[in-house]
Amino acid sequence: MPRVTISDPTLRDGNHAVRHQLKKEHFAVYCKAADAANVPIVEVGHGNGLGASSMLVGECGVTDREILEVARTNLTHSKLGIHLIPGFATVKKDLSQAVSMGVDVFRVASHCTEADTTERHIGYLREAGKEVYGVLMMSHMADPQTLVDEARKLESYGAEGVVIMDSAGAYLPNDVTERISALVGGITVPVGFHAHNNLGMATANSVAAVNAGASIIDGSARGFGAGAGNAQLEVIIAVFQRLGIETGVDLYKILDAADIAERDFIPLLPSISSVSIVSGLHGVFSGFIKQVQKIAAERGVDPRDIFAELGKRKAVAGQESLIIEVAIDLQKGKKLQ
Amino acid sequence: MSAGPKLKVAIIGTGNIGTDLLIKSMRSSSLVCTLFAGRNFSSSGMKKANYLGVNISDRGIDAIIEDPSVCDVVFDATSAPAHARHWEVLREMRKTVIDLTPAKLGEPCVPAINAESCVESGGGNINMITCGGQASIPIAYALAQLQQEIEYIEVASSIASRSAGPATRFNIDEYVDATESALLKFTRARYAKAILILNPAHPPIDMQTTIYAKMGTPDVTEARKAVAAMAERIKVYVPGYEVIVPPTLEAGRLITTVRVRGNGDHLPQYAGNLDIINCAAVAVAELIAARASSSTVVRFPRGKSNA
Repeated sequence: MPRVTISDPTLRDGNHAVRHQLKKEHFAVYCKAADAANVPIVEVGHGNGLGASSMLVGECGVTDREILEVARTNLTHSKLGIHLIPGFATVKKDLSQAVSMGVDVFRVASHCTEADTTERHIGYLREAGKEVYGVLMMSHMADPQTLVDEARKLESYGAEGVVIMDSAGAYLPNDVTERISALVGGITVPVGFHAHNNLGMATANSVAAVNAGASIIDGSARGFGAGAGNAQLEVIIAVFQRLGIETGVDLYKILDAADIAERDFIPLLPSISSVSIVSGLHGVFSGFIKQVQKIAAERGVDPRDIFAELGKRKAVAGQESLIIEVAIDLQKGKKLQ
Repeated sequence: MSAGPKLKVAIIGTGNIGTDLLIKSMRSSSLVCTLFAGRNFSSSGMKKANYLGVNISDRGIDAIIEDPSVCDVVFDATSAPAHARHWEVLREMRKTVIDLTPAKLGEPCVPAINAESCVESGGGNINMITCGGQASIPIAYALAQLQQEIEYIEVASSIASRSAGPATRFNIDEYVDATESALLKFTRARYAKAILILNPAHPPIDMQTTIYAKMGTPDVTEARKAVAAMAERIKVYVPGYEVIVPPTLEAGRLITTVRVRGNGDHLPQYAGNLDIINCAAVAVAELIAARASSSTVVRFPRGKSNA
């Protein structure tokens, strides 16, 4: 029977859906519920991870320190996980604090072709005796062989697993099978998959990933995550149960946790909005959606046109500043390059 | 420019930064590159230098130790930890060092703001901060002149993945740290944050930097004037520098975006990050050359480095 480790980014990716305004009590209540459901890893923080609270990608309502304190207090069985991107988070400012506050699992992320920016962060964390995974974001932008090359770098730096993210929700199941198979054949550490649901494929893609050999799967309560949301955790647990895939997560208790999340801090359940579909089609990072909608409304331009243009310019996470530039260009009706 | 002898410069570090600096130095009417030193004759930068007929060495800093008269000024294009070791030696030898690593040992220098004072009293070590710092700090500085206090300044730079060599990637924390310290120093903001995004897109994107400022109730018209004036000062030594979103109020924050297109010297035009820090470094070296060859005070900036 295949066994997968579930990593739950409800309190991290979900923060994108509420412009990073989750409150301390939300972290507390959901950590408790996920802990009771025996979720192996609970990821918390700003949507873009440790040290990412900024005007560029959105300021967090609470500090990293406050989030980690609350999560640490409320997790006893589950491991406390965080996501971090070099370029936002540094060892000196952010990682040393997280290590000293007792974070268990560190997922060090880079864009799919930039694994070598993570070398020192992974090295530092392994040295500190932490569990460390490498994450390749926006993985649809690289071909399978490139992903394997990058994953090998992560493994050589000390990553104990490599997770690829479908940050834009652009994959169909065959795309996932192709990439996960290549990775499983190409590296010796476990491979993971993180889905987004822009094209309605998050659950199917997660199943395809496991069938291709992935052993780490990300899922959020009610799919609470950037854009159209992530793979819906409680659905995945149920589907995996049907397929005989072992997760160790208690189904009823994760259903309870999802109900609590919906009741307490999901103001609007993730849905595949028209704009999300366009964003997935153009392969643009799901986390852009709130800013695109806001700026489109302010400037009286069509958010779909903004996404199409962002897709053409191959915008990646962290390039949120392009949104206003594109909107102003569209507003002027200027011919774009 | 007087017809006196050219200022002798050595470049240590033969990666993207060093190789681009070489081409810019060779074009300068007041500089001559007398040594291009790295560790490996088979690197692409070394091959290029050899082809161009430049004196090359694979002995790094030792090439200067063995022949101290080889140069007057040293460009250090290695890495922050290596620079710390180089500076110990070069200080002893009384060489002026223009540091292109984020080592933060020397006086942080943005030519449009403080080249003259760095050359006059920089203690022989002039630090060029970072590429994102060169693009953003003058704008942040111009904004800081408008009002007494900036509460928070944040700068986010996106650069093409291909323009970032191994040292840049390995030292991404030092990049963030050096950019933030210099921002605080030049703007006296209460908080500063720097973000670097490496963009893997093909074709590669141009370097773009966005400056966000939280500052009371800024006068947007005045801010635009100040930023436009500063951009003109930068363009004198970085021809590809352009303000593409002038200061714009968005949710109470003043947002300005600049784009830097390179001169296409070593890497193609998208590598504005390489260009801006190197143009700044060459501008400083040319100022040193002008001071050395003339007793009259030369105001900076004087003209394009490739004039």
